[in-house]
Amino acid sequence: MRHLMSPLDFTTGELEQLFALANDIEQHMDRYAHICEGKKLATCFYEPSTRTRLSFEAAMLNLGGKVLGFSDAGSSSASKGESVSDTIRVISCYADICAMRHPKEGAPMVAATRSAIPVINAGDGGHQHPTQTLTDLLTIRSLKGRLSDLTIGLCGDLKFGRTVHSLIHALTRYENIRFLFISPEELRIPSYMTEMLREKGIGYEEVIRLEDCIGSLDLLYMTRVQRERFFNEEDYVRLKDFYILDKEKLALAGPDMLILHPLPRVNEISVEVDEDPRAVYFKQAQYGVYVRMALICTLLGLTDQPLQEK
Amino acid sequence: MLNVGKIEEGFVLDHIKAGKSLSIYHHLQLDKLDCTVAIIKNARSNKMERKDILKVECDIDTLNLDILGFIDHNITVNVIKDGRIVEKRQLSLPKEIKHVIKCKNPRCITSIEQGLPHIFVLTDPKKEIYRCKYCEEKCRQRW
Repeated sequence: MRHLMSPLDFTTGELEQLFALANDIEQHMDRYAHICEGKKLATCFYEPSTRTRLSFEAAMLNLGGKVLGFSDAGSSSASKGESVSDTIRVISCYADICAMRHPKEGAPMVAATRSAIPVINAGDGGHQHPTQTLTDLLTIRSLKGRLSDLTIGLCGDLKFGRTVHSLIHALTRYENIRFLFISPEELRIPSYMTEMLREKGIGYEEVIRLEDCIGSLDLLYMTRVQRERFFNEEDYVRLKDFYILDKEKLALAGPDMLILHPLPRVNEISVEVDEDPRAVYFKQAQYGVYVRMALICTLLGLTDQPLQEK
Repeated sequence: MLNVGKIEEGFVLDHIKAGKSLSIYHHLQLDKLDCTVAIIKNARSNKMERKDILKVECDIDTLNLDILGFIDHNITVNVIKDGRIVEKRQLSLPKEIKHVIKCKNPRCITSIEQGLPHIFVLTDPKKEIYRCKYCEEKCRQRW
Protein backbone atom coordinates (compact mmCIF):
# COMPACT_ATOMS: atom_id res chain seq x y z
CA MET A 1 0.00 0.00 0.00
CA ARG A 2 1.30 3.45 -0.90
CA HIS A 3 0.55 6.83 0.66
CA LEU A 4 1.33 10.37 -0.49
CA MET A 5 3.20 12.50 2.05
CA SER A 6 5.48 14.59 -0.15
CA PRO A 7 5.53 15.29 -3.91
CA LEU A 8 8.91 13.54 -4.01
CA ASP A 9 7.34 10.25 -2.80
CA PHE A 10 6.57 9.44 -6.42
CA THR A 11 9.34 8.89 -8.96
CA THR A 12 9.20 11.02 -12.11
CA GLY A 13 8.09 7.87 -13.94
CA GLU A 14 5.22 7.37 -11.51
CA LEU A 15 4.28 11.03 -11.84
CA GLU A 16 4.25 10.64 -15.61
CA GLN A 17 1.72 7.80 -15.25
CA LEU A 18 -0.35 9.85 -12.83
CA PHE A 19 -0.42 12.89 -15.15
CA ALA A 20 -1.25 10.74 -18.20
CA LEU A 21 -4.17 9.30 -16.24
CA ALA A 22 -5.28 12.80 -15.16
CA ASN A 23 -5.23 13.94 -18.80
CA ASP A 24 -7.24 10.88 -19.83
CA ILE A 25 -9.76 11.67 -17.08
CA GLU A 26 -9.95 15.25 -18.41
CA GLN A 27 -10.71 13.96 -21.93
CA HIS A 28 -13.08 11.14 -20.95
CA MET A 29 -14.76 12.01 -17.65
CA ASP A 30 -17.66 9.64 -18.39
CA ARG A 31 -15.35 6.61 -18.53
CA TYR A 32 -14.32 7.22 -14.92
CA ALA A 33 -17.74 8.19 -13.54
CA HIS A 34 -18.31 4.83 -11.80
CA ILE A 35 -14.78 3.57 -11.18
CA CYS A 36 -14.98 4.25 -7.41
CA GLU A 37 -18.55 3.06 -6.88
CA GLY A 38 -18.80 1.45 -3.45
CA LYS A 39 -15.63 3.23 -2.25
CA LYS A 40 -15.49 5.93 0.40
CA LEU A 41 -13.09 8.82 0.90
CA ALA A 42 -12.66 10.17 4.45
CA THR A 43 -11.69 13.84 4.53
CA CYS A 44 -10.13 14.41 7.96
CA PHE A 45 -9.53 18.14 8.15
CA TYR A 46 -8.27 19.23 11.56
CA GLU A 47 -8.19 22.82 10.33
CA PRO A 48 -10.46 24.50 7.82
CA SER A 49 -9.45 24.57 4.17
CA THR A 50 -12.53 24.84 2.05
CA ARG A 51 -10.88 24.70 -1.37
CA THR A 52 -8.65 21.68 -0.77
CA ARG A 53 -11.43 19.74 0.96
CA LEU A 54 -14.00 20.50 -1.73
CA SER A 55 -11.49 19.61 -4.43
CA PHE A 56 -10.96 16.17 -2.83
CA GLU A 57 -14.69 15.69 -2.35
CA ALA A 58 -15.45 16.74 -5.95
CA ALA A 59 -12.77 14.33 -7.17
CA MET A 60 -14.29 11.35 -5.29
CA LEU A 61 -17.86 12.25 -6.29
CA ASN A 62 -16.76 12.52 -9.96
CA LEU A 63 -15.42 8.97 -9.66
CA GLY A 64 -18.75 7.67 -8.36
CA GLY A 65 -17.51 7.23 -4.80
CA LYS A 66 -18.87 8.62 -1.54
CA VAL A 67 -17.37 11.03 0.97
CA LEU A 68 -17.47 11.33 4.75
CA GLY A 69 -15.40 13.32 7.22
CA PHE A 70 -15.02 16.43 9.33
CA SER A 71 -13.86 19.91 8.46
CA ASP A 72 -12.34 21.21 11.70
CA ALA A 73 -10.82 19.72 14.82
CA GLY A 74 -13.69 21.03 16.98
CA SER A 75 -16.17 18.68 15.34
CA SER A 76 -13.85 15.66 15.56
CA SER A 77 -12.75 13.39 18.37
CA ALA A 78 -9.49 15.38 18.52
CA SER A 79 -11.37 17.90 20.69
CA LYS A 80 -11.79 15.04 23.20
CA GLY A 81 -8.05 14.43 23.12
CA GLU A 82 -7.91 11.46 20.74
CA SER A 83 -4.53 10.91 19.08
CA VAL A 84 -4.00 10.91 15.33
CA SER A 85 -2.90 7.26 15.57
CA ASP A 86 -6.17 6.21 17.18
CA THR A 87 -8.31 8.33 14.85
CA ILE A 88 -6.82 6.79 11.69
CA ARG A 89 -7.24 3.26 13.07
CA VAL A 90 -10.94 3.98 13.49
CA ILE A 91 -11.27 5.80 10.13
CA SER A 92 -9.63 2.76 8.47
CA CYS A 93 -12.73 0.78 9.51
CA TYR A 94 -15.09 3.28 7.86
CA ALA A 95 -13.42 4.35 4.60
CA ASP A 96 -11.19 3.07 1.79
CA ILE A 97 -8.88 6.09 1.51
CA CYS A 98 -8.21 9.18 3.64
CA ALA A 99 -7.18 12.76 2.88
CA MET A 100 -5.83 14.43 6.01
CA ARG A 101 -5.08 18.07 6.76
CA HIS A 102 -3.57 18.85 10.15
CA PRO A 103 -1.95 21.95 11.66
CA LYS A 104 0.86 19.85 13.14
CA GLU A 105 3.73 19.00 10.81
CA GLY A 106 4.15 15.27 10.23
CA ALA A 107 0.65 14.32 11.47
CA PRO A 108 -0.35 12.62 8.17
CA MET A 109 2.89 10.62 8.30
CA VAL A 110 1.99 9.36 11.77
CA ALA A 111 -1.44 8.45 10.39
CA ALA A 112 0.14 6.63 7.44
CA THR A 113 2.27 4.45 9.69
CA ARG A 114 -0.80 3.29 11.63
CA SER A 115 -3.31 3.18 8.80
CA ALA A 116 -4.85 0.20 7.04
CA ILE A 117 -5.90 2.44 4.11
CA PRO A 118 -3.93 4.84 1.86
CA VAL A 119 -3.42 8.29 3.40
CA ILE A 120 -2.99 11.48 1.37
CA ASN A 121 -1.36 14.46 3.03
CA ALA A 122 -3.74 17.35 2.29
CA GLY A 123 -1.44 19.86 4.02
CA ASP A 124 0.42 19.65 7.34
CA GLY A 125 1.17 23.07 8.80
CA GLY A 126 3.97 24.84 6.97
CA HIS A 127 5.52 21.53 5.95
CA GLN A 128 4.08 19.82 2.85
CA HIS A 129 1.06 20.18 0.59
CA PRO A 130 1.83 17.59 -2.09
CA THR A 131 -1.49 17.69 -3.98
CA GLN A 132 -0.98 21.43 -4.61
CA THR A 133 2.43 20.65 -6.15
CA LEU A 134 0.94 17.83 -8.24
CA THR A 135 -1.74 20.29 -9.39
CA ASP A 136 0.94 22.83 -10.40
CA LEU A 137 2.96 20.20 -12.26
CA LEU A 138 -0.09 18.84 -14.09
CA THR A 139 -1.12 22.38 -15.10
CA ILE A 140 2.35 23.14 -16.48
CA ARG A 141 2.64 19.78 -18.25
CA SER A 142 -0.83 20.03 -19.77
CA LEU A 143 -0.63 23.64 -20.95
CA LYS A 144 3.07 23.84 -21.84
CA GLY A 145 3.39 20.24 -23.04
CA ARG A 146 6.53 19.65 -20.97
CA LEU A 147 8.08 19.88 -17.53
CA SER A 148 11.62 20.46 -18.79
CA ASP A 149 13.30 23.37 -20.63
CA LEU A 150 11.49 26.07 -18.71
CA THR A 151 12.35 29.46 -17.25
CA ILE A 152 10.14 29.87 -14.21
CA GLY A 153 9.56 33.08 -12.31
CA LEU A 154 8.31 32.77 -8.74
CA CYS A 155 6.99 36.01 -7.34
CA GLY A 156 5.88 37.29 -3.93
CA ASP A 157 6.46 35.58 -0.60
CA LEU A 158 9.34 33.24 -1.34
CA LYS A 159 10.47 33.06 2.28
CA PHE A 160 7.47 31.41 3.91
CA GLY A 161 5.66 30.12 0.83
CA ARG A 162 5.32 26.38 1.31
CA THR A 163 3.87 25.83 -2.17
CA VAL A 164 6.81 27.65 -3.75
CA HIS A 165 9.47 25.58 -1.94
CA SER A 166 7.66 22.37 -2.74
CA LEU A 167 7.30 23.27 -6.43
CA ILE A 168 10.99 24.18 -6.70
CA HIS A 169 11.99 20.81 -5.21
CA ALA A 170 9.68 18.98 -7.59
CA LEU A 171 10.90 20.87 -10.68
CA THR A 172 14.59 20.28 -9.94
CA ARG A 173 14.05 16.68 -11.05
CA TYR A 174 13.50 17.81 -14.66
CA GLU A 175 16.04 18.85 -17.30
CA ASN A 176 17.09 22.39 -18.11
CA ILE A 177 15.06 24.31 -15.54
CA ARG A 178 15.99 27.88 -14.60
CA PHE A 179 14.45 29.90 -11.79
CA LEU A 180 13.96 33.63 -11.31
CA PHE A 181 13.08 34.53 -7.74
CA ILE A 182 11.20 37.83 -7.63
CA SER A 183 10.63 39.15 -4.12
CA PRO A 184 11.31 42.05 -1.78
CA GLU A 185 14.40 41.77 0.41
CA GLU A 186 12.29 40.73 3.45
CA LEU A 187 10.67 37.80 1.67
CA ARG A 188 13.66 36.40 -0.21
CA ILE A 189 14.01 32.70 -0.93
CA PRO A 190 15.81 31.03 2.04
CA SER A 191 19.52 30.33 1.61
CA TYR A 192 19.07 26.58 2.07
CA MET A 193 16.98 26.56 -1.10
CA THR A 194 19.55 28.44 -3.19
CA GLU A 195 22.30 26.27 -1.69
CA MET A 196 20.40 23.17 -2.83
CA LEU A 197 20.07 24.62 -6.35
CA ARG A 198 23.79 25.43 -6.51
CA GLU A 199 24.66 21.88 -5.41
CA LYS A 200 22.45 20.48 -8.18
CA GLY A 201 23.90 22.90 -10.73
CA ILE A 202 20.52 24.51 -11.43
CA GLY A 203 20.56 28.13 -12.59
CA TYR A 204 18.73 30.84 -10.67
CA GLU A 205 18.69 34.58 -10.26
CA GLU A 206 17.19 36.80 -7.58
CA VAL A 207 15.52 40.00 -8.75
CA ILE A 208 13.47 42.67 -7.06
CA ARG A 209 11.45 44.18 -9.93
CA LEU A 210 9.00 41.96 -11.81
CA GLU A 211 9.18 44.29 -14.85
CA ASP A 212 12.91 43.55 -15.22
CA CYS A 213 12.46 39.86 -15.95
CA ILE A 214 8.87 39.15 -16.97
CA GLY A 215 9.82 39.20 -20.67
CA SER A 216 12.11 36.17 -20.30
CA LEU A 217 9.68 33.88 -18.48
CA ASP A 218 7.84 30.77 -19.69
CA LEU A 219 5.86 30.70 -16.47
CA LEU A 220 5.05 33.20 -13.75
CA TYR A 221 3.99 31.67 -10.44
CA MET A 222 2.41 34.36 -8.27
CA THR A 223 1.89 33.95 -4.53
CA ARG A 224 -0.03 35.76 -1.85
CA VAL A 225 1.73 37.62 0.94
CA GLN A 226 -0.05 36.09 3.92
CA ARG A 227 -1.05 38.22 6.89
CA GLU A 228 -0.52 35.33 9.34
CA ARG A 229 3.20 35.15 8.48
CA PHE A 230 3.92 38.60 9.95
CA PHE A 231 4.42 39.60 13.54
CA ASN A 232 3.34 43.18 12.99
CA GLU A 233 0.62 44.66 10.83
CA GLU A 234 2.90 47.46 9.59
CA ASP A 235 5.25 45.09 7.76
CA TYR A 236 2.32 43.22 6.24
CA VAL A 237 0.67 46.40 4.95
CA ARG A 238 3.97 47.65 3.53
CA LEU A 239 4.73 44.44 1.66
CA LYS A 240 1.34 43.12 0.58
CA ASP A 241 1.07 45.50 -2.36
CA PHE A 242 4.69 45.19 -3.40
CA TYR A 243 3.84 43.16 -6.50
CA ILE A 244 0.60 43.61 -8.26
CA LEU A 245 0.39 42.03 -11.67
CA ASP A 246 -1.67 44.29 -13.90
CA LYS A 247 -2.19 44.73 -17.64
CA GLU A 248 0.70 47.17 -17.88
CA LYS A 249 3.26 44.70 -16.49
CA LEU A 250 1.71 41.84 -18.44
CA ALA A 251 2.26 43.78 -21.68
CA LEU A 252 6.00 43.20 -21.16
CA ALA A 253 5.56 39.40 -21.03
CA GLY A 254 5.86 36.97 -23.93
CA PRO A 255 2.71 35.75 -25.72
CA ASP A 256 3.08 32.19 -24.37
CA MET A 257 3.92 32.97 -20.76
CA LEU A 258 1.49 31.31 -18.34
CA ILE A 259 0.39 32.86 -15.05
CA LEU A 260 -0.21 30.40 -12.22
CA HIS A 261 -1.38 31.07 -8.66
CA PRO A 262 -2.25 28.53 -5.93
CA LEU A 263 -5.22 30.76 -4.88
CA PRO A 264 -6.81 32.39 -2.98
CA ARG A 265 -5.64 35.65 -4.46
CA VAL A 266 -6.07 38.91 -2.58
CA ASN A 267 -4.93 41.71 -4.84
CA GLU A 268 -1.57 40.50 -6.19
CA ILE A 269 -3.18 39.82 -9.57
CA SER A 270 -5.44 42.57 -10.78
CA VAL A 271 -8.88 41.27 -11.87
CA GLU A 272 -8.36 42.85 -15.32
CA VAL A 273 -5.72 40.13 -15.93
CA ASP A 274 -8.30 37.34 -15.51
CA GLU A 275 -9.55 37.68 -19.09
CA ASP A 276 -6.06 37.35 -20.56
CA PRO A 277 -5.56 33.88 -22.14
CA ARG A 278 -2.22 33.63 -20.31
CA ALA A 279 -3.99 33.69 -16.92
CA VAL A 280 -4.56 30.01 -16.14
CA TYR A 281 -5.08 30.03 -12.36
CA PHE A 282 -8.73 29.03 -12.56
CA LYS A 283 -7.86 26.23 -15.00
CA GLN A 284 -5.22 25.26 -12.44
CA ALA A 285 -8.00 24.75 -9.85
CA GLN A 286 -9.75 22.47 -12.37
CA TYR A 287 -6.53 20.50 -12.87
CA GLY A 288 -6.45 20.15 -9.09
CA VAL A 289 -9.61 18.04 -9.31
CA TYR A 290 -8.26 15.92 -12.20
CA VAL A 291 -4.99 15.20 -10.43
CA ARG A 292 -6.80 14.25 -7.20
CA MET A 293 -9.09 11.94 -9.20
CA ALA A 294 -6.02 10.30 -10.76
CA LEU A 295 -4.37 10.07 -7.34
CA ILE A 296 -7.38 8.43 -5.68
CA CYS A 297 -7.63 5.86 -8.53
CA THR A 298 -3.88 5.20 -8.36
CA LEU A 299 -3.66 4.78 -4.57
CA LEU A 300 -6.74 2.55 -4.58
CA GLY A 301 -5.05 0.36 -7.22
CA LEU A 302 -7.78 0.95 -9.80
CA THR A 303 -5.42 1.64 -12.70
CA ASP A 304 -3.85 -0.61 -15.33
CA GLN A 305 -0.35 0.01 -13.95
CA PRO A 306 -0.45 -0.27 -10.16
CA LEU A 307 2.28 1.45 -8.14
CA GLN A 308 5.20 -0.62 -6.90
CA GLU A 309 5.37 -1.11 -3.14
CA LYS A 310 8.05 1.06 -1.54
CA MET B 1 50.31 12.78 36.46
CA LEU B 2 47.26 10.94 37.74
CA ASN B 3 47.14 7.18 37.15
CA VAL B 4 43.89 5.30 36.61
CA GLY B 5 44.17 1.54 36.65
CA LYS B 6 43.42 -0.91 33.84
CA ILE B 7 40.02 -2.49 33.39
CA GLU B 8 39.57 -6.23 32.81
CA GLU B 9 36.50 -6.18 30.56
CA GLY B 10 34.61 -3.28 29.04
CA PHE B 11 35.33 -0.18 27.03
CA VAL B 12 37.75 2.67 26.93
CA LEU B 13 36.27 5.62 25.08
CA ASP B 14 39.21 7.72 23.98
CA HIS B 15 39.58 11.04 22.14
CA ILE B 16 36.46 12.58 23.63
CA LYS B 17 36.47 16.36 23.22
CA ALA B 18 37.78 17.91 26.44
CA GLY B 19 34.93 18.69 28.82
CA LYS B 20 32.35 16.49 27.09
CA SER B 21 32.80 13.25 29.03
CA LEU B 22 30.04 13.98 31.54
CA SER B 23 27.58 14.69 28.79
CA ILE B 24 28.43 11.36 27.16
CA TYR B 25 28.17 9.66 30.55
CA HIS B 26 24.55 10.82 30.76
CA HIS B 27 23.68 10.14 27.10
CA LEU B 28 24.96 6.57 27.40
CA GLN B 29 23.00 6.28 30.66
CA LEU B 30 26.10 5.03 32.46
CA ASP B 31 24.61 6.31 35.71
CA LYS B 32 22.07 3.49 35.46
CA LEU B 33 24.72 0.77 35.15
CA ASP B 34 25.96 -0.99 38.23
CA CYS B 35 29.61 -1.04 37.19
CA THR B 36 32.86 0.85 37.64
CA VAL B 37 33.20 3.97 35.53
CA ALA B 38 36.25 6.23 35.44
CA ILE B 39 35.83 9.72 34.03
CA ILE B 40 39.13 11.32 33.08
CA LYS B 41 38.94 14.98 32.18
CA ASN B 42 41.48 17.15 30.39
CA ALA B 43 44.05 14.42 29.85
CA ARG B 44 47.05 15.42 27.71
CA SER B 45 46.80 14.35 24.09
CA ASN B 46 49.23 14.65 21.15
CA LYS B 47 46.33 14.70 18.71
CA MET B 48 43.92 16.98 20.54
CA GLU B 49 46.07 18.78 23.15
CA ARG B 50 43.39 18.03 25.78
CA LYS B 51 40.89 15.22 25.74
CA ASP B 52 38.51 13.30 27.99
CA ILE B 53 38.52 9.54 28.47
CA LEU B 54 35.82 7.25 29.83
CA LYS B 55 36.61 3.79 31.15
CA VAL B 56 33.61 1.55 31.65
CA GLU B 57 33.92 -1.88 33.17
CA CYS B 58 30.89 -3.69 31.81
CA ASP B 59 29.68 -6.38 29.43
CA ILE B 60 30.61 -5.20 25.92
CA ASP B 61 27.07 -5.62 24.65
CA THR B 62 25.60 -3.08 27.06
CA LEU B 63 26.74 0.04 25.21
CA ASN B 64 24.60 1.59 22.47
CA LEU B 65 27.26 2.63 19.98
CA ASP B 66 24.65 4.19 17.68
CA ILE B 67 24.14 6.91 20.25
CA LEU B 68 27.90 7.38 20.56
CA GLY B 69 28.26 7.63 16.77
CA PHE B 70 25.55 10.28 16.74
CA ILE B 71 27.16 12.26 19.57
CA ASP B 72 30.68 12.23 18.14
CA HIS B 73 31.87 9.69 15.60
CA ASN B 74 35.51 10.73 16.12
CA ILE B 75 35.63 9.05 19.52
CA THR B 76 37.83 5.94 19.59
CA VAL B 77 36.19 2.88 21.10
CA ASN B 78 38.59 0.32 22.52
CA VAL B 79 37.06 -3.00 23.48
CA ILE B 80 38.88 -4.56 26.42
CA LYS B 81 38.96 -8.23 27.36
CA ASP B 82 41.29 -9.82 29.93
CA GLY B 83 42.90 -6.42 30.44
CA ARG B 84 43.89 -6.03 26.74
CA ILE B 85 42.56 -4.12 23.77
CA VAL B 86 40.98 -6.80 21.56
CA GLU B 87 39.22 -4.50 19.11
CA LYS B 88 39.14 -0.86 18.04
CA ARG B 89 35.66 -0.04 16.86
CA GLN B 90 35.14 2.59 14.22
CA LEU B 91 32.11 4.74 14.89
CA SER B 92 29.94 5.99 12.08
CA LEU B 93 26.96 8.29 11.90
CA PRO B 94 23.87 6.15 12.47
CA LYS B 95 21.22 6.41 9.72
CA GLU B 96 18.48 6.84 12.29
CA ILE B 97 18.33 7.54 16.00
CA LYS B 98 15.38 6.95 18.28
CA HIS B 99 14.65 8.49 21.68
CA VAL B 100 18.02 10.28 21.93
CA ILE B 101 16.99 13.86 21.22
CA LYS B 102 13.60 15.50 21.07
CA CYS B 103 12.24 17.59 18.22
CA LYS B 104 12.11 21.20 19.32
CA ASN B 105 9.73 22.38 16.60
CA PRO B 106 6.54 23.43 18.44
CA ARG B 107 4.55 22.77 15.25
CA CYS B 108 5.75 19.15 15.05
CA ILE B 109 3.25 16.34 15.70
CA THR B 110 5.66 14.92 18.32
CA SER B 111 4.72 17.90 20.52
CA ILE B 112 1.16 16.57 21.02
CA GLU B 113 0.93 12.92 19.98
CA GLN B 114 1.32 10.59 22.95
CA GLY B 115 3.73 7.67 22.77
CA LEU B 116 5.26 8.75 19.48
CA PRO B 117 8.99 7.95 19.32
CA HIS B 118 11.26 10.92 18.60
CA ILE B 119 13.15 9.77 15.52
CA PHE B 120 15.86 11.69 13.66
CA VAL B 121 17.14 10.61 10.26
CA LEU B 122 20.57 11.33 8.75
CA THR B 123 19.67 13.34 5.62
CA ASP B 124 23.09 14.72 4.67
CA PRO B 125 26.03 12.54 5.77
CA LYS B 126 28.55 15.03 4.31
CA LYS B 127 27.30 17.93 6.43
CA GLU B 128 26.23 15.57 9.25
CA ILE B 129 22.67 16.86 9.21
CA TYR B 130 19.91 15.04 11.04
CA ARG B 131 16.25 15.90 10.54
CA CYS B 132 13.10 14.97 12.44
CA LYS B 133 11.41 12.07 10.65
CA TYR B 134 8.01 13.77 10.90
CA CYS B 135 8.45 17.52 10.36
CA GLU B 136 11.97 17.48 8.80
CA GLU B 137 13.17 20.18 11.21
CA LYS B 138 16.96 20.24 11.36
CA CYS B 139 18.60 19.07 14.59
CA ARG B 140 20.50 22.20 15.61
CA GLN B 141 22.74 20.85 18.34
CA ARG B 142 23.84 17.27 18.62
CA TRP B 143 25.27 17.57 22.12
